Amino acid sequence: MTEQPGSMTEPLSVPYRERERSVTMEPMGEEHDELLTINIGPHHPATHGVLRLLTTLEGEIVRDVKPIIGYVHTGIEKSCEDQQYWKVIPFVERMDYLSYYFNAMAFCMAVERLLDEEVPERAQWLRVIHLELNRVASHLFWIATGALDIGAITMLWWGCRDRDLALDLFEMSGGQRFHTRYFQVGGVVEDIPPGFEEMTRAFIKTMRTRIPQYLSLLDRNEIWLQRTKGTGIVPMEDLLALGVTGPLLRATGHPWDLRKATPYSGYENFDFKVPVGTVGDNYDRFRVRVEEMLESLKIIEQALDGLPEGPYITPNRKVALPPRHELATSMEALIHHFKLVTEGFRVPPGETYAAIESPRGELGCYVLADGSAKPARVHMRDPSFVNLQALPVMARDHLLADFIACVAMLDPILGGVDR
Amino acid sequence: MPDATGLELIAQRVREKVGDEAVTGTLYYRRHATLDVAPSSVRDVIAYLRDGEDEPWERLMSVHGVDYLPEEPRLGVHYELLSMERADRLNVRTRVGTDEPRVPSVVDLHPTADFQEREVFDMFGVVFDGHPDMRRILMPEDYEGYPQRRDFPMGGEPVIYTFNEPKLPRWYD
Amino acid sequence: MKAQQLLRGELEGEDLEREVEQRLLFTKFEEAQNWARKNALFPLGFGLACCAIEMITVVGSPRNDLSRFGAEVIRFSPRQADLLILSGRVSIKMAPIIRRLYEQMLEPKWVIAMGACSSSAGMFNNYAVVQGADKFLPVDVYVPGCPPRPEALIYGIMKLQDQIMGDPAMGWRERYRAEGTEEVA
Repeated sequence: MTEQPGSMTEPLSVPYRERERSVTMEPMGEEHDELLTINIGPHHPATHGVLRLLTTLEGEIVRDVKPIIGYVHTGIEKSCEDQQYWKVIPFVERMDYLSYYFNAMAFCMAVERLLDEEVPERAQWLRVIHLELNRVASHLFWIATGALDIGAITMLWWGCRDRDLALDLFEMSGGQRFHTRYFQVGGVVEDIPPGFEEMTRAFIKTMRTRIPQYLSLLDRNEIWLQRTKGTGIVPMEDLLALGVTGPLLRATGHPWDLRKATPYSGYENFDFKVPVGTVGDNYDRFRVRVEEMLESLKIIEQALDGLPEGPYITPNRKVALPPRHELATSMEALIHHFKLVTEGFRVPPGETYAAIESPRGELGCYVLADGSAKPARVHMRDPSFVNLQALPVMARDHLLADFIACVAMLDPILGGVDR
Repeated sequence: MPDATGLELIAQRVREKVGDEAVTGTLYYRRHATLDVAPSSVRDVIAYLRDGEDEPWERLMSVHGVDYLPEEPRLGVHYELLSMERADRLNVRTRVGTDEPRVPSVVDLHPTADFQEREVFDMFGVVFDGHPDMRRILMPEDYEGYPQRRDFPMGGEPVIYTFNEPKLPRWYD
Repeated sequence: MKAQQLLRGELEGEDLEREVEQRLLFTKFEEAQNWARKNALFPLGFGLACCAIEMITVVGSPRNDLSRFGAEVIRFSPRQADLLILSGRVSIKMAPIIRRLYEQMLEPKWVIAMGACSSSAGMFNNYAVVQGADKFLPVDVYVPGCPPRPEALIYGIMKLQDQIMGDPAMGWRERYRAEGTEEVA
């Protein structure tokens, strides 16, 4: 390799940086049999959830990694076949457990397409507000745990602190911080309370000062830059062939965003940019997500400014519950309420696939209806499941520490991977 | 989403280029276009749609399985294709029965199908010929049965109410 | 000064009485031990699903802060931890691994089943979820909720601390009639 540092013949003539570069990343040849296969996880501080990685190491360099999943497989898709359509929503929300509104949104979009149901405009804009708030919350948690993995421990406290503010907003509108069951087929379950708009605007203002603080902590930190720049590069064609979407794809420069390409739920009314990277390394993925947070704040502000008046759920009583004050006066409302609660609405037979843009990529929902009140098959095309296939490509010939950074920047959510 | 006439044109082109018996039907429902394909020619159809068409469908977004019980053939495999240039989606569907559940794999055309075909195998029992690593992915390796088939029992425990509480065996007895 | 004299045995009479009243605390050794144990819990960093996010919020968010109760140090190695917070749904593939982790923890150890899914499988009454973690682990505190609020988890930990003050063994073997299931390892 190179000279021994501090040897008698050449004491310090080799400069310090040269000595650091003594180990190359090249494979050491076939006769070198120092390949060590170790098992990272499923219980491990750095895997985001219960992910098991069979890593083949040569020294400190990762040669191959095989993800083994299934440790939190809950059979959600099979359970959904036994429930009425509106009861499926809590099940489906718990798949990708950081972006719960997105799961419910994909399912509701698929069922609304099967029912050929129009969602009123106010409901669409409310949905957009909650989706973008959830995107901000999800990215905050990602930056909190991702930076924790790489070593910037302060980000855990800051990210969780600001995420608590967003969860307060969800609690205001939906009653619960997590898994609020706020989206229903045909709209949202209830209108936003007074004071929500004010608190959201305060949140936006706070975040607009906090995100530059995060950047000043991380973005100008030499250690962070050295760990994320140049690591985990995958060319765009490989990512496209692997079906990867979301911030991972946008970091390589491909501006594919379903909110712009096939707008749904009123996204065409908002003016926002889609941040793309250039190289596709971990630094680009980090910057793309932080910029996405800022763009989401812009969308929320525009939605609050232009929130239209109107019903917050479809007036079709065969699909949505009537408001409670009608139950005392109208017989039909009572009958509709009874039928919906006991049996549920029936969906004519058919199948459809609806896709939205979740914080991790394309989240699609396939629903097969057979005419009864329960779906015959619900399948979620989860972005983390497909993005995980890019991990071996990303991690090849990297040091183990960079491999952990790759996993952190990949942002897998094992609930979605295993379903 | 191509409309109904566009779907018919695609079906016709596929019939010309791949074979007459490849396409078994088309379905257009609520702006969702489905191309029904015979199981043995799935790979050729998807290869043609990726390379041969003037307006190709070059991305595979999702491979998922469905159990159409009680219709026969029972198991269906859906391929969701996407064209990023035209922002257009097409669904290719094939049906196999439980007696001969073999479908050619499209992993070499679209590497994204790797994990997803393993999941269809795990949950439904459809074997993909040509897949490099056909193993269970979500269930334990030695699990028996294909859970998401409709005749597989839901599992779990019976819910205890007051009327059946004395009759159910409790684990501490 | 006075404490020095007390220890050297130089105080007499009224001085001694006053000093002992003000400065000394008499207790049993077990109580002192339990008090130390309950205020210095080392949770195992173990998160399965959505409840893990709430658990990280409890530990990592400045609003609900677990270090007020002494349980701030999260050790990721089971040999160094004594509190296993089972947060999330336990699937059948994961159950033997959790059992192995539990057996690796050293006595005294406690288990909190956080959330509905680990207490009793929650809403997932199906083939893939173990119907409650107490099928293979002795659980001390069940915290309901889906997911439980951070305040609920903190209340659960406080209840556990009360239990520790009472009795570390807490008679779970008698309660579950689990004689004969002592670990041999």
